[in-house]
Amino acid sequence: MSPTRRSVLKGIASAATLAATGVPKAIASPPRRKTPPADAVGLLYDATRCIGCQACVVKCKEANGLPPDTGTPRGAMYDAPDDLNAKTKNIIKLYKGEDGRTSFMKAQCMHCVDPACASVCMISALHKGPRGIVEWDPDKCVGCRYCMTACPFNVPKYEWNTAFPKIVKCEMCRHLLAKGGIPACVAACPREAVIFGGLETLRSDAKGRIAREPKKYFPKVYGDTDGGGTQVLYLSAAGIPFGKLGLPDLGDDPVPELSESLTHAVYQGFIAPVALYGILGFAVYRSWRSQRLGEGGEK
Amino acid sequence: MNPHASAVSGPILTRFFKVCLAVFAMCILVLAWRFVVGLGPTTGMNDGFPWGIWIAFDVVIGTALACGGFSVAILCYAFNNGKYHPLIRPAVLTSALGYSLAGASVIVDLGRYWNVWRIPLLWNWNRNSVLLEVAICIMTYVVVLWIELSPAFLEVWEKQEKFPLLCRAARRVHGWLNRYLIAILALGILLPTMHQSSLGSLMLIMVSKLHKLWHTPLLPVLFLSTAILMGYAAVIFESALADEVFDRPRETKLLASMSGIMVVVLFFFLGVRLVDLALRGRLGLIARLDFYSMMFLLEMVLFLAPALLLLSRKRRENPGIELISAIMMMLAGSLYRFDTFLVGFNPGPGWSYFPTIPEMMVTIGFVAFEVLAYLFIVKQFPILHTGLPSQTFGAVTPKSSV
Ligand code: SF4
Ligand code: SF4
Repeated sequence: MSPTRRSVLKGIASAATLAATGVPKAIASPPRRKTPPADAVGLLYDATRCIGCQACVVKCKEANGLPPDTGTPRGAMYDAPDDLNAKTKNIIKLYKGEDGRTSFMKAQCMHCVDPACASVCMISALHKGPRGIVEWDPDKCVGCRYCMTACPFNVPKYEWNTAFPKIVKCEMCRHLLAKGGIPACVAACPREAVIFGGLETLRSDAKGRIAREPKKYFPKVYGDTDGGGTQVLYLSAAGIPFGKLGLPDLGDDPVPELSESLTHAVYQGFIAPVALYGILGFAVYRSWRSQRLGEGGEK
Repeated sequence: MNPHASAVSGPILTRFFKVCLAVFAMCILVLAWRFVVGLGPTTGMNDGFPWGIWIAFDVVIGTALACGGFSVAILCYAFNNGKYHPLIRPAVLTSALGYSLAGASVIVDLGRYWNVWRIPLLWNWNRNSVLLEVAICIMTYVVVLWIELSPAFLEVWEKQEKFPLLCRAARRVHGWLNRYLIAILALGILLPTMHQSSLGSLMLIMVSKLHKLWHTPLLPVLFLSTAILMGYAAVIFESALADEVFDRPRETKLLASMSGIMVVVLFFFLGVRLVDLALRGRLGLIARLDFYSMMFLLEMVLFLAPALLLLSRKRRENPGIELISAIMMMLAGSLYRFDTFLVGFNPGPGWSYFPTIPEMMVTIGFVAFEVLAYLFIVKQFPILHTGLPSQTFGAVTPKSSV
């Protein structure tokens, strides 16, 4: 019994170490940082300018052929989505602080520099397209919805009520950009609360606004480095931190970093699995042979 | 003929069998509905909780409970020179059934299932995707499991002198199989090692959504060890059940020595879990006594209890205690995995998930199908061990109504 137990123990321990080999490496390796492409585009949303008129919501639906999400209080029809959903790629929410102060907030895909959704998608149905826009390819998507669980902003949505569903999320109106246009929400905004442009220009614009009017703004550009950086940037009013606007506190590490460095470490060049396979093959062979000999001896 | 195994005799269409058939038929109806109207009306899933029990239970827990083939194979082939041989075939059968049904669940769950044929195509692969690794591994493993099990079928078919063609084909395949069996058996250990740990890695990316009591870089290690545990436990549970139902002698000695190994894995799991939390300063979360810490504590109790129960050799050899510990281990591992995928998952305020009745019916129906297939195969093919060599099992079981 005891030699057996020892060898099994060893086996379990080595299997576990193998699975864990990624851990120390992942911690030791320098952080993987992706940079946006040189021609990256983005949006800058300045919450202090937004008046909550919903023009962008309406125009987004129009430009993307999305149906209204009807709520019907007291007989009247409203296009009143309560959050991003399969009919809504862009929405304006109202947040209220404890001190009673309010702020509007625009939600859509953040077009992350290192997107979690694209990292997890098995066959890159979600991927970074030209100018860093995160695109969805209906011909590849299998509808596993891993992108939905992985996205820290809860952006990709699913058509729950149809037999042939799609994943729905903002693609920065890439069909309009291709024709030399700008995103519909930007074109619709009467207050220039959301503007479109090159990512670098937007970044310095955002920082410039804070520098010029430090009393007016919360002293941080959300998306500059958050979660590895996003191509959609936010400015908030002084005293209203981004957490109040529903933006998660992700730190500066790209969201897929831990997961990818771990898998890369274990499956690097496929060496560990092949080695393990070799060891297992040998062990099985040895056991098989000794058993054969044993059976032969009994006869 | 495999000297260890023989087919159980007895009628197939028992009352129990018919009940299972009815349950399965209901599940098929629900599925038809699901494919017409989509996932929204049929399930409790939503934009905040896009993964429900078909993933968390059918796949994440189901495949681990179906890991008996893997767990016993590790011992049997890699470390124990065939000591656990009598347990291998039933374990591989449950594995093959469990994994096949997990595969079916995935297809049912996929929104755009008509695109799945693209997944195996190498040039489409996104190598960063953990799910890709899981998918490819599980697909391959299902094939491997049925190949591993195929000698049980071939042994029967090559004796069917009435059908010379089948007979000859079976012999040819069997011969071919014997030559490559080692490579396949090794694959049968490698693949679960990879995808069972990767099931844990699936949650690594959810840094901001998975509760800190469950999110850790060690998820792959914890998932691999629970797979081994749950696999062993399911083998014990199932063999106790089969021995009871088919009135066979218990394999207590064999199982007892397996239980001894499980104690080690149990303490390994508990150690890794607690030390990891301690090192990363998260032990305080346990003391909060909120819903999450309660779930965590429940997990700990379920892991600790069988570890202590099985500590003494005398208790290990007691079939009752062994069975109770096995059930607790299955619960412990299941709860741990359930917590990691659903309970500890928080997409933000305002979202909640509870499975609908149709959704549960699909899961139950799949389990019913598994039981049906198990009974059918066990009665037709040499799967279960024959216990004492003197006993002939062909004649036993008039008692059983299953
Ligand atoms: S916000 Fe979500 S959906 Fe958009 S790019 Fe980032 S991870 Fe992907
Ligand atoms: S649902 Fe589609 S887009 Fe999202 S991860 Fe799965 S395959 Fe990719």
